[in-house]
This record gives sequence, structure tokens and C-alpha cells, in this order.
Amino acid sequence: MTRLKTVFLARYGFLVTAIILIVIGLARNEQQEVLHKAVRICLECIGIG
Amino acid sequence: MSGMHRNRLKHGGLSLQRAIQLLSAALLNGYIVGFQKGKIFTGGFKTVCVPVLNCYSCPGALGACPIGSLQATLGVKHHFPFYVLGLMTLFGVLLGRLVCGLLCPFGLVQDLLYKILFHKRNVPKKIDRPARYLKYCVLFVLVILLPAFAASESGITPPYFCKYLCPAGTLEGGIPHVLLNPQLRKTAGVLFDWKLLILFFIVLASTIIPRPFCRYLCPLGAFYSLFNRFSFFQMHVDKDKCIGCRACERACPMVVEVTKNCNSAECIRCGKCKTVCPTNAISWNFTGKVPASEPKAIETADKA
Repeated sequence: MTRLKTVFLARYGFLVTAIILIVIGLARNEQQEVLHKAVRICLECIGIG
Repeated sequence: MSGMHRNRLKHGGLSLQRAIQLLSAALLNGYIVGFQKGKIFTGGFKTVCVPVLNCYSCPGALGACPIGSLQATLGVKHHFPFYVLGLMTLFGVLLGRLVCGLLCPFGLVQDLLYKILFHKRNVPKKIDRPARYLKYCVLFVLVILLPAFAASESGITPPYFCKYLCPAGTLEGGIPHVLLNPQLRKTAGVLFDWKLLILFFIVLASTIIPRPFCRYLCPLGAFYSLFNRFSFFQMHVDKDKCIGCRACERACPMVVEVTKNCNSAECIRCGKCKTVCPTNAISWNFTGKVPASEPKAIETADKA
């Protein structure tokens, strides 16, 4: 298999994987976990907590 | 006319890279009210991770930081972070480290600091090469392993990278909040001093060498670097046009051997090599297609 084919397969493989991961995450309502964390000042993140 | 002048796109005196960096920083941190009142944006858009290292506790931040969100998902809920990892993989496979070169606000800060007239130095190769693996250690240890497995009594693990290392959080979140909020100012202690010290060293290093944080410490850059070879966005060097002057390699802030491997994991796709090339041998595209002259080179490399 030439390198070009490997790159092509990896590229579309990762793209499909990314979409599947996002869809599973959305189905599990993980975006709300992100929101929950992101709408409060994270004291640890800014070096206070 | 030299390649530098022919290729450089000017936008009111700014290079194309700088114009995009400024626009990205302004868009990602466009919540002006936050800076006025010392509060943060709480809208629904914060369900979306932005592609760059941009602290979600920055008063202006409109989106969520992927590295912070990854640690939060691993450290609080202790489950596989499908959503955050999916978004990071999507950004990686589409753009690779173009995100670092063109979109990251902390990258912009480092680029501007490097403009300061100060003694510039090259890091010796024997130190530079191994030190670049540090960012992968930061990614796997501070961002993934510790948040996933080092739980406290409460079962919640702190975001180790954000808490102990991230200079972007200190610059974009910590300093503005401490300046704007007297209550937080009172509670700032040793940890805040530690983070200020790290920020100070990175600021100082940025005036001497280009992009020290991106080179050695950034876990998001480490993650995206894994996709540079496969991403849809690709750099190309036309071997027929290249005259081997190595102007591209001298201009590269990440010290990439552009003529040998233009899609190196270290390339942040800032376009400086493309700008200085006197023969326009370097190009980039978003389709992932390899120009007609390159398959031969790749096939030759395969055989070798």
C-alpha cells in the first residue's frame, strides 16, 4: 500500500471516528457537563483554588 | 521582486497570519461585558469546545477550553470523554496544528513577545529535540492519567494541567479576575504566585526563542501534532521549484526541516516558510490533495 493510500485511509478514518465520538457524546448529554464546568469561574484553572 | 514581497498578503500593514490571529483572539474572547464586570459568559455556546487553548474562565471567553473540558470530564464524572475527544479529533483531522499557528490567542501572545528587541538564541539541538517530548508527557500525565485515576477523597480530581501549569489560564483568567474582583484578590495565595512565576518564565522565554510554550509544553499542540501528517490541511513543497536555499528553514519558528518533512509534527502551519520562499515552491491546501509533482517524490521515498 502506498503512503498516499495510508494517509487517505487514516484521514477519513479519523474523520469518521471524530463524528461517531461526537454523536455518542451528544447522545450521553456530555455537552451539558462541558457547559456546567464552563459557566462557572474555575478557581483552580485561574490559580486561586 | 523577492518572494517575500510577492507572497506577503498585507491587511493594513499586518501579515495574513497576524490578521487571522487577532480576529480569532477577538472572536473567541468577544464577551466585552465580562471584562467590564469581572464575570464570565454563561450562554449556551459554552457547550462547544473551541479549537484552541483559551481558558473558559477568561472574562471574555465565549466557548469552552478543550483541555479544561477534557480534564473536567475525566476528573469529575470519570467516564470516557466522547464529546470532547470527538471535537478535538475533528479539529485535529481537519486542521492539524494550523490551529496553533493561526488561531491560538496564546500563540499570538508568544509571537508578539518575540517581536520585542531582546537577545535571541537558538536552543541547542541536543536539548531542543528531547525537550519537545515534554508536551506529550504533559498531555498524557497531567491532562489524561492524573485526572482519570488520581482521585481525591471526594472522588473529584483537580484539573492538574490547569491548576499547576497552564499559563494561558493565568494570563486570560487569573490576572483579569484578580484585578477586577477584590474578593478573589484576597484569596489569591501561593498557588497564584506559582502560576505567575510560570507565566513570567514563559513570557521571558518567548522574548528569547519563538513559541517556547508551543514547542515544549502545550498538551493541545501535542494532540494536534499527531494529526499533522493526516489532516485535510496539508503543506506541500514542489521539489521541481525548490532551489534548496533553505530560506524556509531559517524562517521557521519551530525549526522544522521544511524541505525534508513539511508536514512534520512540529509544524504549526504559520506560513512563514511560504512567505519567504523565493520560488513559490511551498503551497498549502485544505483538500488534502497532493500537487501533481509530489506523488513521484512520495513513491521514491516509499521505495527508499
